Amino acid sequence: MESPSNIVEIRRVSKCYHRGDLVVPVLTDITFDIARGEFLAIMGPSGSGKSTLLNLMAGIDRLDTGSILVDDTDITTLSETELASWRSSSVGFIFQFYNLIPVLTAFENVELPLHLTGLSKKERREHVEAALRMVSLTERMDHSPSQLSGGEQQRVAIARAIVTDPLILVADEPTGDLDRKSAADVLDLMERLNRELNKTIIMVTHDPHAAGRAHLIRHLEKGEFIP
Amino acid sequence: MAVPLSYSFRSLWARRLTTFLTASGMALVVFVFATVLMLAAGLQKTLVQTGSYRNVIVLRQGATSEVDSGIERGKAAVVETLPGIAVDQSGETVLAKEVVVLITLPKKAGGTSNVIIRGIGKRSFALRPQVKLIQGRMPRFGTPEVAVGSSLVKRFKGLTLGSTISDSVRNWRIVGIMDAGNTAFSSEIWGDAEQVMQGFRRPVYSVVIFRMRDSAALDAMKSLIEDDPRLTLQAKRETAFYLDQSEMMAKFLTILGISLTIIFSLGAVIGAMITMHSAVANRVREIGTLRALGFQRRGILMSFLAESVFLGLIGGCMGIFFASFMQLITISTVNFQSLAELAFKFTLTPSVFFKSLAFALIMGLIGGVLPAFRASRLNIVDSLRTS
Repeated sequence: MESPSNIVEIRRVSKCYHRGDLVVPVLTDITFDIARGEFLAIMGPSGSGKSTLLNLMAGIDRLDTGSILVDDTDITTLSETELASWRSSSVGFIFQFYNLIPVLTAFENVELPLHLTGLSKKERREHVEAALRMVSLTERMDHSPSQLSGGEQQRVAIARAIVTDPLILVADEPTGDLDRKSAADVLDLMERLNRELNKTIIMVTHDPHAAGRAHLIRHLEKGEFIP
Repeated sequence: MAVPLSYSFRSLWARRLTTFLTASGMALVVFVFATVLMLAAGLQKTLVQTGSYRNVIVLRQGATSEVDSGIERGKAAVVETLPGIAVDQSGETVLAKEVVVLITLPKKAGGTSNVIIRGIGKRSFALRPQVKLIQGRMPRFGTPEVAVGSSLVKRFKGLTLGSTISDSVRNWRIVGIMDAGNTAFSSEIWGDAEQVMQGFRRPVYSVVIFRMRDSAALDAMKSLIEDDPRLTLQAKRETAFYLDQSEMMAKFLTILGISLTIIFSLGAVIGAMITMHSAVANRVREIGTLRALGFQRRGILMSFLAESVFLGLIGGCMGIFFASFMQLITISTVNFQSLAELAFKFTLTPSVFFKSLAFALIMGLIGGVLPAFRASRLNIVDSLRTS
């Protein structure tokens, strides 16, 4: 039964990687739901399949069998072009290494996903300023990524992730490249986004401290959830 | 929606040394391309400016240049009496019966070259108001005196005021130096037509030139001359005649230039391709990020193509900028059609400018196609994993 309170519904998802003739199973028959407004941490050792699962939910990788519904849209049936459009409006990405475009300013990096919307230049500016206000970086909007600290770069990346008001935020080791203080700031920010804006956050992490901030922790091992 | 153009442009700026070196390679090719086109345009402009829209030139039927034309005195007299020829204040028709012969003179740079001696009539100067005397005086009719074009004075030995030009029969005394601006007359020697005909044993005129009373009446004048079975002559507007004179040489220069630059451009295109391949290789994670954010493959393709075209634009502008300095240079060569020496300048026309720029942009586009296609085909997950 589909539940309106679930934003992500994963049904019998399996995924293998092919290395030459070798077939490596990464995810095996995974089924679970993520509630709307959830802050979920997925933990597990390297190679357990947690990043692959995150990529599948974010629509940047294709599964072998099963289905993934995000807000009632079966993303496994979308064409590549439809999937790209869906990502632009529905998913906010937070990467381990921030993945900001080095030749663009903080403002322009945050504005980037808005180029895929029909917003006017004035509307885009308003959205970007609001997102940068949320991460407390308004005064550094004209700086390039190289002029920002790691923590600030990750906050710019979070502003970029939320600027389109996506359905879900996916974070792959968001504190993996940060010192303890910056990591704590980023996690505070993510908690605030979840609490105040009711954003659904799915975070993959090795770090138990980071996972401790989530409402729910799921452990993945050898492509299967363990109780 | 497309990736913002600022991304493409700033990516070029971020690796400005590579951008500059690649653009320089393209600039060199564009320079050669533009220069050759400027050469052809300069030749054409010089010859077209030589003619006047109101003047008609009459030649023997089948003749393609003044040198291979011949008009007997009787026929010239018939042309002189035709209606429609302009008349000056003294009541004389504005018409000149001219003879054109080639003589060989030694050049200052070594070697020899053909030069046109034009035997002129009393109205020849009136027909070519652009011809001005800048030194000495006009040659007197009935004497072996000549005026020499200023371009010849610069390039040929011994063509100074008061000196003589000798052929096998007589000595021609230089009494004037004339300048006709950027026209073919600056590369000619003018003297009395009767003296030139005697001196070179030419019993016939080469051409008859006259000014039309009504410059729109060319067709009527043409039919009067060309339909008269006694004459076997042809009539052309002087501007059209000189344009024809430049056609063969201009076409040769253009074909030669384009063939050469196409060969050179292969190198520049490969240079652009290597630069763009390296740009893609260094920005795999950026490409993965853009794709994850929702930019389509087509958007990535267009973004890298735009970058490559920008590269071509920079190279094109550099090449045209340096080629524009060639306009300061005057060169001289033998015109295939008249077989005589002709001095002219490299000329940067709007057409040459746009053709050169288009050539540069096409080089950029071709150089960018494969790398841009590769960028657009990258797998998102693999790209994001790249360190």
